[in-house]
Amino acid sequence: MPKRNDIRKIMVIGSGPIVIGQAAEFDYSGSQACKALREEGYQVILVNSNPATIMTDPEMADIIYIEPLEANIIARIIERERPDALLPTLGGQTALNLAIQLDEMGILEKYGVELIGAKAEAIRKAEDRELFKQCMLKIGLDVPRSKSVQSIEEALAFADEIGYPVVVRPAFTLGGTGGGIAYNREELKEIAGRGLRLSMIRQVLIEESVIGWKEYELEVMRDLADNVVIICSIENFDPMGIHTGDSITVAPAQTLTDYEYQQLRDAAIKIMREIGVETGGSNIQFAVNPENGKIVAIEMNPRVSRSSALASKATGFPIAKIAAKLAVGYTLDEIPNDITKETPASFEPTIDYVVVKIPRFAFEKFPGVDTCLGTQMKSVGEVMAIGRTFEEALQKALRSLEIGRFGLGCDGKDKKPSREEIIQKLRFPSHDRIFYIRYALQNGFNVNEVYDLTKIDPWFLNKIKNILDFEEELKKLAEKYSIWDLPAEILKEAKKLGFSDKQLAYIFHCSERDVRAARKSKGVTPVYKMVDTCAAEFEAKTPYYYSTYEEENEAIPTPKKKIMILGSGPNRIGQGIEFDYCCVHAVLSLREEGYETIMVNCNPETVSTDYDTSDRLYFEPITHEDVMNIYENEKPEGVLVQFGGQTPLNIAKELEDSGAKILGTSVDSIDIAEDRKRFSKLMDELGIPQPESGVAFSIEEAKAVAARIGYPVLVRPSYVLGGRAMAIIYDEEMLERHIMEAIEVSPEKPILIDKFLEDAIEVEVDALCDGEEVFIGGIMEHIEEAGVHSGDSACVLPPISLPQKVIDTIVDYTRKIALALKVIGLINIQYAVKDGKVYILEANPRASRTVPFVSKATGIPLAKIAAKLMVGKKLRDFNLKENLRPQHISVKESVFPFIKLPGVDPVLGPEMKSTGEVMGIDYDFGLAYYKAELAAGMMLPTSGSVLISVKDRDKNKIVEVARELSRLGFKIYATEGTARVLRANGIEVEVAQKISQGRPHVIDLIINGQINLIINTPSGKRGKTEGYMIRRTAVERNIPYITTVPGAMAAVRAIKAIREGKLDVKSLKEYHLEALRSIIKVSVLNNPTFRGESNGKCERS
Amino acid sequence: MFCTSMTGYVEALTDPSYRGQILMMTYPLIGNYGVCKEDFESDSVKVEGFVVKQLCRKPSNFRSQMTVDELLKAYNVPGIEGVDTRMLTRKIRIYGSMKAAIGFDMDREKLIRMAKEQPSIVDLDLVDKVCVKNPKRIDVKGKYEVVLIDCGVKASIVRQLLKRSINVTLVPYNYPAEKILDMNPDGVFISNGPGDPARVKETIDTIQKLMGKLPMAGICLGHQLIALAFGAKTFKLKFGHHGSNQPTKDLETGRVFISSQNHNFSVDEKTLPKGLEVTQINLNDLTVEGLRHKELPIITVQYHPEAGPGPHDTYFFFDRFVNLLREY
Repeated sequence: MPKRNDIRKIMVIGSGPIVIGQAAEFDYSGSQACKALREEGYQVILVNSNPATIMTDPEMADIIYIEPLEANIIARIIERERPDALLPTLGGQTALNLAIQLDEMGILEKYGVELIGAKAEAIRKAEDRELFKQCMLKIGLDVPRSKSVQSIEEALAFADEIGYPVVVRPAFTLGGTGGGIAYNREELKEIAGRGLRLSMIRQVLIEESVIGWKEYELEVMRDLADNVVIICSIENFDPMGIHTGDSITVAPAQTLTDYEYQQLRDAAIKIMREIGVETGGSNIQFAVNPENGKIVAIEMNPRVSRSSALASKATGFPIAKIAAKLAVGYTLDEIPNDITKETPASFEPTIDYVVVKIPRFAFEKFPGVDTCLGTQMKSVGEVMAIGRTFEEALQKALRSLEIGRFGLGCDGKDKKPSREEIIQKLRFPSHDRIFYIRYALQNGFNVNEVYDLTKIDPWFLNKIKNILDFEEELKKLAEKYSIWDLPAEILKEAKKLGFSDKQLAYIFHCSERDVRAARKSKGVTPVYKMVDTCAAEFEAKTPYYYSTYEEENEAIPTPKKKIMILGSGPNRIGQGIEFDYCCVHAVLSLREEGYETIMVNCNPETVSTDYDTSDRLYFEPITHEDVMNIYENEKPEGVLVQFGGQTPLNIAKELEDSGAKILGTSVDSIDIAEDRKRFSKLMDELGIPQPESGVAFSIEEAKAVAARIGYPVLVRPSYVLGGRAMAIIYDEEMLERHIMEAIEVSPEKPILIDKFLEDAIEVEVDALCDGEEVFIGGIMEHIEEAGVHSGDSACVLPPISLPQKVIDTIVDYTRKIALALKVIGLINIQYAVKDGKVYILEANPRASRTVPFVSKATGIPLAKIAAKLMVGKKLRDFNLKENLRPQHISVKESVFPFIKLPGVDPVLGPEMKSTGEVMGIDYDFGLAYYKAELAAGMMLPTSGSVLISVKDRDKNKIVEVARELSRLGFKIYATEGTARVLRANGIEVEVAQKISQGRPHVIDLIINGQINLIINTPSGKRGKTEGYMIRRTAVERNIPYITTVPGAMAAVRAIKAIREGKLDVKSLKEYHLEALRSIIKVSVLNNPTFRGESNGKCERS
Repeated sequence: MFCTSMTGYVEALTDPSYRGQILMMTYPLIGNYGVCKEDFESDSVKVEGFVVKQLCRKPSNFRSQMTVDELLKAYNVPGIEGVDTRMLTRKIRIYGSMKAAIGFDMDREKLIRMAKEQPSIVDLDLVDKVCVKNPKRIDVKGKYEVVLIDCGVKASIVRQLLKRSINVTLVPYNYPAEKILDMNPDGVFISNGPGDPARVKETIDTIQKLMGKLPMAGICLGHQLIALAFGAKTFKLKFGHHGSNQPTKDLETGRVFISSQNHNFSVDEKTLPKGLEVTQINLNDLTVEGLRHKELPIITVQYHPEAGPGPHDTYFFFDRFVNLLREY
């Protein structure tokens, strides 16, 4: 069937901020879909609240809205734009839920918007646990025994009937949010209660446990002609009981006979038809009993999912793109397979390699978090690796993770756990279970014993054993041979099993450099094979490669001039989608310049690893070894390390030492910026003030340094990155305690102590420099005070409270620093402003987290320009006009994973905790801030009651906030101390009793729904304090809460604005045109030659 | 030659159609789930040799009875592992399926000579090595009686027929037409089998004698033989179709099915006589995948609707055959 001509305008909804369970994969799928739809001539209207996405780039859609993903807002956009159709299957659970809400609100009917991809009925059947179960039974498929319940009592009754453990699955939630496994009545009460609150329709499913069964997923596509194909099968290394997002997974399925696989395939097709997903991709999960092959259907996602992104990258088959084309009426056989060009998309990819995905966790960021893995997803990112053996793929994936490991152990970082510890770690899985399998097998456990403890299929365990056995063999050989005289076949065998040079260096007691040189001298170098969807049956036209150690190299370099771009590896806290955004821009920009672009990355969720983003894609770990191998194969003009965050920067020096040419800012400049001493010296030379600081090698020294520079101080270990174990210390006692409890200090591990500028305003600048000139992309004022990690702070562009003099100083400093560091490309600088004085905090000569936000706010593609500067263009070539005060106000807000991590205190501090970001735009700060909060999932109340409970230092500062809220008609509750101060200032307050003061206490008030907003600033004490209880209850009940004074002030402005003004929406283009007009006006006034020129031809701003 | 199925190596190893060929799997990890005799497509391993990238020595599956290594040893079939199978696959794709030899500890030149000296597949009579020697009746107290001309039939085909209430009598490929007619069956089924269809003259002759007298269906080699019997020509494909992911389009319904395929020869569409029409095509290379006679009750498919290994999308071919039996 040809494409539909009765629809012209299609709305696509994105998935919003990156959260656990919904990450960059939906930018990837949304971008693919938008491209596909525009290719077919449809007008695309895109809505997403996440500025750090490729899909919100001007080239991706005709009309782009960066607005909160909230039903009323989408309804308003529909009213303005009148799309003919809404495609809800590519924006994750968020888009799917919004589609259902819009349907129920009657908006779709009112404006004649057709749901394409999946109808509301199909979405309900797949998402509503009870309806899904009925469908399965109807088509003769088994499901675990289960019952949908709407109360805790019902849940308990049913669990008694089927016996514990039981699985709790809330309906209509994402990533298993609120779900879990209950082993007894108490746990069930807690988990079911939470699940009921979080479910959109207050329903949870209580399910018989199939923990320990083998878990499989099938990625299925269907078209309007009812043709169905399976794109990929995935087998979970970790069996049922661990969320698939947190499981190591492998493609294709490894331990199913054809007979069993075809049963799953048949079942998947039946499910697709019964649920009625008309077109597009779905993900279906099954559990298989390892004892007898019995199959049960677990769940289906009637949309493109995280697994679809993985399946796309694993097979080369572009699921999202094809899904979009099917949604507008094409059938599979009408769409060509992009990889082969000559065969159609109506086939099932077959692969001739093994794919291993490993999730990346960030537990180290969350003291107190329960690290056990269960049915609620906790990982924040993932890596994928491809190899010709499972062993190779597994070890490659492990070194891709960037957790400091270079394979499955054997890298000098192995622990020596006791037998008991091993048993515990195997039985109660956490993020590091894979290493404990190693320890177990090394410590005399046999495969069967490990299987009994983990239920991980013996096939996988035996493969791991292969790695360990060969390691033992190598260790024996190391007694006889040096790496230089080791026989080449042995070396090659090691590489075939995925051993890295670093691991071999450890075994043979030499340096990685020696291993590399010895290896090359023996001719043991990798070859590159193609991912081609068809196991080489047809010729592939798309150069998508992975390395392995075999005979034939398929990645023959072209004679074109080429540049290599290093990606950012797995998403993690502190390094997320923003950096992939920058990498993609660099690639696109260099393609415009006529370079062949070579992308290296290992993150399957990203746009950068899409087969048509770069000219050549290498799906490889970003380590010195793997990158140099590619470099030596391709021999590019140079490599870009500025865009992928810290990952490429960390290996920049090694790459340069190995002979790679680093383009842009020099490695030495990067070192100056990172080396505190060198940087400090430079700042002194430039006359730029820095907060006082010192280094301490013992507790006594630390006390002395702190006393010299004066409390409060910021204390952090020198040996970790990303704000780990960083704390603000107010007195000596606190310093002592912090050093005792949280960090180590010794001559080998000094700690850094900085003067903490209390109540300073933090300012962040993104700028471009070509070595001669500097262009300020944007200045952002942080909402939260200095001391809150810049990645967690909300910020506003342009600054709203800084006087012109301060701005001028910041601009001046920025130019000086960029030129002094001889930056070629991007630089991000953070300042603190206290009492009108500007201090430098840090400078990062690379693309920063805020680049996409600034680009979206100003319309200037900073990353693209940076890439061009790095290949020799000059800033003056771009005709840029600095506009540091656009009329519209853009607010960035961070989004946190607290709800997914029970037990974690939801407070802000020097350590970054957010997983994603959203953006709110308006002409008024209050409205823009309100939008940003709404987009981040916090709907600020316009009336009702506020609970205020702040630490002593904040009590006076909060008075104005309370007064304003009281004036706005809010009822104020406060805990005793806070209440006293507020009353003294003439504010009417009702005291909320502390827990220790008896009931009803403050938690009762919150649970009973008497509080609409909570303002609680943490005392800094760790543990289950009263404040912790308040904040945690707020998170779990989804009650808006604020943990800083400036945050509270901004919220008050937002509440005022929303009560006085009206929330409306505007497309990004409208904001930018408006800004452009204002500049033209200025230009016209200033420049008579400009008169008479119409819009469109003026300079961009 | 290479096969792109990611599962189903047991079925492939025991498929009589692979007689005379060295089978190489493109999926690198083979033997993962071991060997279960229930999955055999015939009584023994039929391939001449087996080539894999990595052989699994510790399989895992509750049905597994032995390893692939044990299986090959039991049937005295050589195998080789550690090969860059993708490189070989690409060679075959570019130069076509080629003669090969597997040797151990042998002189390279001698091995090459051995490979070269092998007869070409078009010169081999393979069918009589894999078919039944005497008629054999399987009675399931079914509604229909069908004679299956066995050119090397897969067990799955027989199973699919039996499941549809058909009593099956297997006869050798060269069983005379008269004797078949004497049995007074409701229909005739021509099976799959190895080698060049043009060499199986006896069966072509039988088909010519039976056409129009009985409903008839053919799979794979059977399909080619029926086409040849009507005067069409077959040709050798460069490297054939061997895999479980081949898109087949039904021209009548417009539907696309994923089919299991295993053939080196194909019916030349240009040589089809007026009576035969193409019902299905392969979407990768547009070759003929199914035929039907415009007047006579004859249907054929080139692919393997019985699966084993492969998807079950095309089981309906057997239902169509039953319809022919019923209507005729």
